[in-house]
Amino acid sequence: MPESPDTIERDAERTDSDSVDRREFLRDLLGACSAAAPVLWWGTVSVPAAAAQGATAGYDPTEHRYGMGIDVRKCIGCARCVVACKTENDVPEEPHFFNTWIERYVIRRDHEVDVDSPNGGIDGFPPIAEPATVRRTFFVPKLCNHCDNPPCVQVCPVGATFITKDGVVLVDEGYCIGCRYCVQACPYGARYIHPEKHVAGKCTFCYHRLVDGLVPACVEVCPTGARIFGEVEERATPLARFMQFNDVQVLKGHLNTKPKAYYANLDGEVR
Amino acid sequence: MQGYIYPNEFELQWSLLIVLYPYLTGLVAGAFILASLERVFNVKEVQPTYRLSLLTALAFLLVAPLPLLAHLGHPERSYEIFLTPNTNSAMAMFGFVYAWYLAVVLLLEVWFDYRKDMVLWARESRGVRRWIYYVLTLGATDISEKSLRFDDSAGRWITVIGIPSAFLLHGYVGFIFGSIKANPWWSSVLMPVVFLFSAMVSGIALVLVLYMLTTMFRWRKIDMACLDKLAQFLFYALVVDFSLEALDFIHRLYESEESIEILRQLIESRLFISLIVLQVVMGTVIPLIALALVSPGLKKGGFLRTPPELRQIIYLVAAVFIQIGIFSIRWNVVIGGQLFSKSLRGLTVYKVELLGIEGLAMTIGLLLLPFVILWVLVKLLPPWSDGPEPDTPPASG
Repeated sequence: MPESPDTIERDAERTDSDSVDRREFLRDLLGACSAAAPVLWWGTVSVPAAAAQGATAGYDPTEHRYGMGIDVRKCIGCARCVVACKTENDVPEEPHFFNTWIERYVIRRDHEVDVDSPNGGIDGFPPIAEPATVRRTFFVPKLCNHCDNPPCVQVCPVGATFITKDGVVLVDEGYCIGCRYCVQACPYGARYIHPEKHVAGKCTFCYHRLVDGLVPACVEVCPTGARIFGEVEERATPLARFMQFNDVQVLKGHLNTKPKAYYANLDGEVR
Repeated sequence: MQGYIYPNEFELQWSLLIVLYPYLTGLVAGAFILASLERVFNVKEVQPTYRLSLLTALAFLLVAPLPLLAHLGHPERSYEIFLTPNTNSAMAMFGFVYAWYLAVVLLLEVWFDYRKDMVLWARESRGVRRWIYYVLTLGATDISEKSLRFDDSAGRWITVIGIPSAFLLHGYVGFIFGSIKANPWWSSVLMPVVFLFSAMVSGIALVLVLYMLTTMFRWRKIDMACLDKLAQFLFYALVVDFSLEALDFIHRLYESEESIEILRQLIESRLFISLIVLQVVMGTVIPLIALALVSPGLKKGGFLRTPPELRQIIYLVAAVFIQIGIFSIRWNVVIGGQLFSKSLRGLTVYKVELLGIEGLAMTIGLLLLPFVILWVLVKLLPPWSDGPEPDTPPASG
């Protein structure tokens, strides 16, 4: 079918405008690239942080500051939290990789202290030897303390581990070089190197749940309410009430790491 | 395993390769500081070892980052240390300290020192060698009196800058460990200083061995004045090194902090051989006594009068013992610091793999590689000043 003059005109218009568009586009692209190059270069460290913090629409990390309370007297050592954490966060099943684990302390009358954590507590704890000599015994849940002055973040040579605006210490798995310096720097043994990903692994406070308004998996499943999650500074949250009505302590306070895992009824023997 | 360790501590994080890294950088720093003795401090006796020290430092520096690279979980991302360093991290400074030391200090100093010879060798050689030397001169072929004076003065200034740089290079490695407050075995302000002096000890001892062996295999006479001077400096460095180590030890015992009990168990059960036997007795006390007795630098003729041949053997054995001792120091720091739990309630074990990327075979390979590089460097840039070798171009430096 022969083309009508109209069609030809429209085609000509389109071609003309197309070529202009392409020229403009190329010019804009060039300009944008040259302007963005230094920003991209400097911004490589902060990009994952921004991505993590803006994951869910409507979530504003600046409005939050998270911490966890742990009531040692309430923990029964069932380790459901450990199992839930491994499931929720794809932590390797093998026994030597934990975001959270349960320690059992047995303090004897002669001040001897026995601590154990077989498979993080998942397989239960063996019967206590010589029960007659026991003065007191208790369970202590452990996890990353999400320090405000985190030594792991300080030492990371490339800035792959960082502290979010809402106070959570995270690792960018696409950026970590696997040098293991952060594992050495953590005083709490809360980090490990993921055996398949070859990057640092640790507790994230289930950040993917937080941005959806949920609490971490370990808090969700605890049958006795030994773990209390919430805002560190806001008044009307469970964590604030926990800190109001309990004497709370942090682990290894002398190292000035400023942890945000707050323990109530903590024995002096716990390290 | 004994006692309680945190579940995540089951795997040791830093292996034999990370023991090798401070050992290699220590040799670099030590060899360079020895070279500076002649150049800056005018200790003329050690002149025969000047160029050999420089080439040794260069050969070991080229290999130093390899164990680190092999150890990374993601070596393909290692360049991020240069591109987006975390300026708060001591480890992030590695790239800059290393690049500065390699490019600004060692390569420049070697180039200025060898430029005249390279020009002469380029003129006298044929074929490929001619071109290699010409390329190495970077086209700067002017060997007039004036330009040689400039070479000399530039070399001197680079050495002056090089001394604090060598301190920086190895002090920084000590800082990597000394600044970890989570680990009571590492966390010490003395760590960088101890690293520095042990670096000097290991560097001088290595060059002493290399000088003796290369001279013997070239059928030349060993310069006893040079050897005695090396032994004398080796003794001084060893005295300072041992005093600092002892100070650190006594300080820990006296303060008797929370960690003292687990550290006592660590030394008594896990580190007895490597610390008490190898580091202290074999690597320090025996060489100290041997050097003190025979070195004519300390007392004219030495406390024990010895013929030069016997003294050479004593120096050689002492230097080899010292190398074993220094390697043990690195082992005791790196591995020792990971053998106890940060809960301070238990000890773990480290089993060295034979094969594998972090195994014994790899470590031995990386330990031998600098000697291969040194051999190539020596063939290309003969450091000898006592006359030409039969099959190499005449050296005039």
